[in-house]
Amino acid sequence: VQRVPNDNVIRLDARRPPQRCGATTTTGRPCRNNALEGQAYCRVHQRQAVADATPSGGDVPEQPDDQSSRLDGLRSFIGRRLKGDYPVDEFGYDDQLTREVLLPMLRPLYENYFRVRTLGVGRIPAQGSALLVGNHSGTIPLDAVMMQYAVATEHPSKRVVRSVGADLVWATPFISHLARKTGSAVACEEDAYALLERDQLVAVFPEGFKGVGKGWSERYRLQRFGRGGFIEVALRARVPIVPVAIVGAEEAYPMVANAKALATLLRFPYFPITPTFPLLGPLGLLPLPSRWVIEFGEPIPMDQYPEDAADDKMFVFELTDSIRDRIQQMVYKGLKYRGSAFL
Amino acid sequence: LGRAKRILITGVSSFLGLEVAQRLAKDDEVEALIGVDFEEPPATLEKLEFVRADIRSPLIARVLDSTEIDTLIHTNITSHPSRLGGRSQMKENNVIGTLQLLAAAQRARKLKRVIMKSSTAVYGLGPKEPSIVREDHDNRHTQLYGYGKDCAEAETNVRDFARRREDVDVVILRTQSLLGPTVRTNMTDYLSLPVIPTALGYDPRLQLVHEEDAVDAFVHATHEAPKGIFNIAGRGVVFLSKAIRMLGKIPVRMPYPAAASGGALLRRLGVVDFPPDQLPFLIYGRVVDARRAQEEFGFTARYTTEQAIADFRDRALRGREAQPESVMGSV
Repeated sequence: VQRVPNDNVIRLDARRPPQRCGATTTTGRPCRNNALEGQAYCRVHQRQAVADATPSGGDVPEQPDDQSSRLDGLRSFIGRRLKGDYPVDEFGYDDQLTREVLLPMLRPLYENYFRVRTLGVGRIPAQGSALLVGNHSGTIPLDAVMMQYAVATEHPSKRVVRSVGADLVWATPFISHLARKTGSAVACEEDAYALLERDQLVAVFPEGFKGVGKGWSERYRLQRFGRGGFIEVALRARVPIVPVAIVGAEEAYPMVANAKALATLLRFPYFPITPTFPLLGPLGLLPLPSRWVIEFGEPIPMDQYPEDAADDKMFVFELTDSIRDRIQQMVYKGLKYRGSAFL
Repeated sequence: LGRAKRILITGVSSFLGLEVAQRLAKDDEVEALIGVDFEEPPATLEKLEFVRADIRSPLIARVLDSTEIDTLIHTNITSHPSRLGGRSQMKENNVIGTLQLLAAAQRARKLKRVIMKSSTAVYGLGPKEPSIVREDHDNRHTQLYGYGKDCAEAETNVRDFARRREDVDVVILRTQSLLGPTVRTNMTDYLSLPVIPTALGYDPRLQLVHEEDAVDAFVHATHEAPKGIFNIAGRGVVFLSKAIRMLGKIPVRMPYPAAASGGALLRRLGVVDFPPDQLPFLIYGRVVDARRAQEEFGFTARYTTEQAIADFRDRALRGREAQPESVMGSV
């Protein structure tokens, strides 16, 4: 019988509280963003500081040149899209559309609205497959989107995260289409395994609807982890599991109540009532500007277990529980680290 | 494993049956080639001996026994209800036909190999179905109807036969929709419409197999290929929206329920013969994993899905435009 190593207890590492940015905003007040690690300024002001430091002027004709070449690039890009001259993989993932159009659109949301701080992104292997296992919350699965953005922009090799979506996603018009093109697959063992076989980075949220659809009183308390299916897949594929804790999604859409009758009527797994929805109508769909922290934990290698470990159900359950505990501890730590939820 | 010498092909009047027969007729080692169908094949072959028969009739048993065939290629499974005079007739042909053909084949003492044409329609369509389906997938989530159910039942018959006659190698080829310059399938009919109805908000992935590749797969199965069940499909996928753009057609996006009833109307008018059970295809699409065919069976499609669509555009659609009497004009 395999024993799960007792490394559930996460050492609270002595990370210093984040430094505030040293710049002054356009309104003359000190910037309230956290400074980048090892830098004096936040992400916004750091870029400005770098731009100010590099000498400009003198090369007057360079800028229009640059612009016209960018315009040419845009023109040819649009031309190619219209002609349908773009590749997609077997799952329907459209790398060009995702990286060049959709992800850049999320930047204001990620950087300015949620002010996401991403920690430990370098722990994700630079190549080869891995299974990211995260906590799920916040009514609308924005956490998956923010995680994809975090890895695509902050990871050294700018990897794409392939998440798996429940059947509701695939039965919903427009959403299913968008999910396909941005790299999602169906939440089943076959698809997760197929993606891992193709050296992809796969993200799963084993809590599923129990996670996103849990009430405000249950916030940051991880729900049951499905049936351990995805842990089993990682064991079979012998790929490392990277635990991920996402803090902030709970406050973006605090679900104060669940209109169960309406949910049954509409065949939704839940129907959220938040402080703004449906009170403010479509405006209520706007997430609240909570501050987010995404932490990627140390990968847990699966090839340390024997080949047939996936067939030992008891072992799979124990391992699932230990990973769930680990993510729960990371969430508590992330909450502490974040401090105030909105400021 | 010997090479096939005496071969019987069912469904020889259909595209696949006839093309496979033509290719095998060129093989000098093939001594006898017997084709069976209800109607005369559109082309005659020197070597082909045509028998007009229903595979359900006792005549088949006599033919099978007297000709001492060693290889049976069963392509007579149809997805066109109207061609046979209705859905119940179609099921009768597909399921009962296969059952009776195999009952007759069980007595053919020289029989060494059975090759059956099945379809990827045996995999269900639904939101829980995997994005890439492998041969060992079980339909836990979706109930099969119509053509897909027929194929699945006919396959069960073939597998039962394989248990009864363990000395016979059985190959089941699950082909994706065929596309190419000559073949006519539900998919080619659909893609030949002047305006193409699609489901609003959905864009299924298309994975197709070029007609030449499908024929190659069956010829390959006839000679010395390993037994088993294999998905036959072209490499890569193409979104339906892109395929429509490639063909220079106009998509008509309508809410799915309307598309379903519109499809029923088109079927009644005889414009398309798209089986109703395949309508969810417009939402979910169906993509299979063809790696087993490549690694174990030794078959790789030469055309990718995109190349198959391009070839269909260049040789079928533009070819038909040249004929003024055709109703299949492109926009």
